[in-house]
Amino acid sequence: MDILVLVKRVPDTESKIRINRETNSVVEEGLNFILSPYDEYAMEEALRIKGAKGGKVVAVTVGRDESLVILRKCLAMGADEAVLIKDPLPETYDGLRTARIIARFVQAKYPDARLLLFGKQSVGADNSQVPAMVAELLGIGQANVVVKLEVEGETATALREIEGAQEKVFLTLPAVVSAQKGLNEPRYETLKGIMMAKKKEIPIVSIEELGFKPDELAPQLAIIKMDQPPARQAGRVVTGVAEETARQLVEYLHTEAKII
Amino acid sequence: MILTYIETREKKIKKSSLEALSEARRKAAELGTEAAAVLVGTGIEGLAAELSSYGASKVYVLESGSLDRYSTQDYAAALAGLVKKLCPAAVFFSATAMGKDLAPRLAARLGVGLASDCTQVSAGDGGLEFTRPIFAGKALLTFRLTSSPQVVSLRPNVFPLAPAAAAGEVIRETVEIPATTARAEVTEILQESGGEIDVTEADIVISGGRGMKGPENFELLREISALIPRSAVGASRSAVDSGWIGHQHQVGQTGKTVSPNLYLAFGISGAIQHLAGMSSSKVVVAVNKDPDAPIFKVADFGVVGDLFQVIPPLKEELKKLRG
Repeated sequence: MDILVLVKRVPDTESKIRINRETNSVVEEGLNFILSPYDEYAMEEALRIKGAKGGKVVAVTVGRDESLVILRKCLAMGADEAVLIKDPLPETYDGLRTARIIARFVQAKYPDARLLLFGKQSVGADNSQVPAMVAELLGIGQANVVVKLEVEGETATALREIEGAQEKVFLTLPAVVSAQKGLNEPRYETLKGIMMAKKKEIPIVSIEELGFKPDELAPQLAIIKMDQPPARQAGRVVTGVAEETARQLVEYLHTEAKII
Repeated sequence: MILTYIETREKKIKKSSLEALSEARRKAAELGTEAAAVLVGTGIEGLAAELSSYGASKVYVLESGSLDRYSTQDYAAALAGLVKKLCPAAVFFSATAMGKDLAPRLAARLGVGLASDCTQVSAGDGGLEFTRPIFAGKALLTFRLTSSPQVVSLRPNVFPLAPAAAAGEVIRETVEIPATTARAEVTEILQESGGEIDVTEADIVISGGRGMKGPENFELLREISALIPRSAVGASRSAVDSGWIGHQHQVGQTGKTVSPNLYLAFGISGAIQHLAGMSSSKVVVAVNKDPDAPIFKVADFGVVGDLFQVIPPLKEELKKLRG
């Protein structure tokens, strides 16, 4: 069974985000970039399914040459192949554009893939759009925000998280599944894996090669500005005897903030 | 027209859908158009009255046996049919688990862009402008959608509810759901024990971090939660990664982003990825022994002290208040 894992390079979650106001984009200088955390769960799940059922795991990203680093990490974790779909544009925050590129790539290069695994969202754009859009463009089923996945022949059962409950989703393959924390515990790369990943060739596929016309991928959103959120002000701080501070706290919530 | 998709669970309307409808009505008024709502499912026509009381001039009801239980593909197909017929300027969703599953599917079906998880919508000269947090709230992105209709999902707990009387004319539509071979069907819903509300939907979130010292002490937070209506227990990443509480409670950049009226943080130092997930809370209160903990920089009210000393009298004070 061939499994595609769609991954993205993002700044690590401890990063402070600085904004270039002229270009309305994030200042990349000084940021530490990683494989998006939810994508790690997707990678791990793919490797586990391959371990149990056989087949091939292919890690794919849409991005610039800088994204080769995260593909090397996927190879080091155990992916059989990795492909970079080279996108000349920087981040557009347009999920449909990315989804169109991925869907076309799957049809052209991996039409027999049975499972397309994603992180439930990239940490950064936070759109939660691309998995469902790819599923729609390919006309296949989806289960998003999945914490358990069982593949059985040509079907799969997924548990997906909803508010205060879980939905059990029955899927026929091929299907799109997006991973939530809790799905598994991602493995670390081994030294051997890292050495092997260095030697592997990563094919690069261009947008033109996928047959897109120049206008076809024009972003559907026009960015007006990017801002820092308003900074919160530190308020009052009390200290002393626990009983007294507890009383002050409840008094604040009741009479001043009027919440309780 | 701005059309709002109304989510129902067990034949009840979700509050966050009413928030989305309230915002749709405000924006429709500014744009000089009407706000309409759409219900999908079976046995839900009776809910239309509630929607007219939140400003829906028309309530479309898409009823079909196959729509009894939520399925992304069938619901997207049903909605796409209605949208093509009505040609609304925008379609609003609430960015709930269902909204996040359904809105992108609909947008892709219509071949249009999607503004997800917005926290602000403004009507300008060029139409609607959307603001949404990116990097879990470390930055805000403001943009327009250049395609039409504009498909939008709104973050729960952010947009105020605004009751407003409207005609609420009920219009039943029959929809044809194309048969597909590739299926994804919800076969069962597994409730979590206790029927707790989700941290993204709670009015008040009571969170614990590494300072809670162990899983057993989260019981203290559940006891506080039991004293406060519409509250839920949250946690920091370190508490979740230590296995003290399930990941569905995690607030922060690899957990959930919350905007409650009150965020109570016990024993949470305030790592940047945690602050990202809760900084849009209306009021923040922190209890921590370390006076230099970064959480105090964002707290409206801070208590420097041992949480295990503070919680018992805090519970007593809350009980007094409930009287």
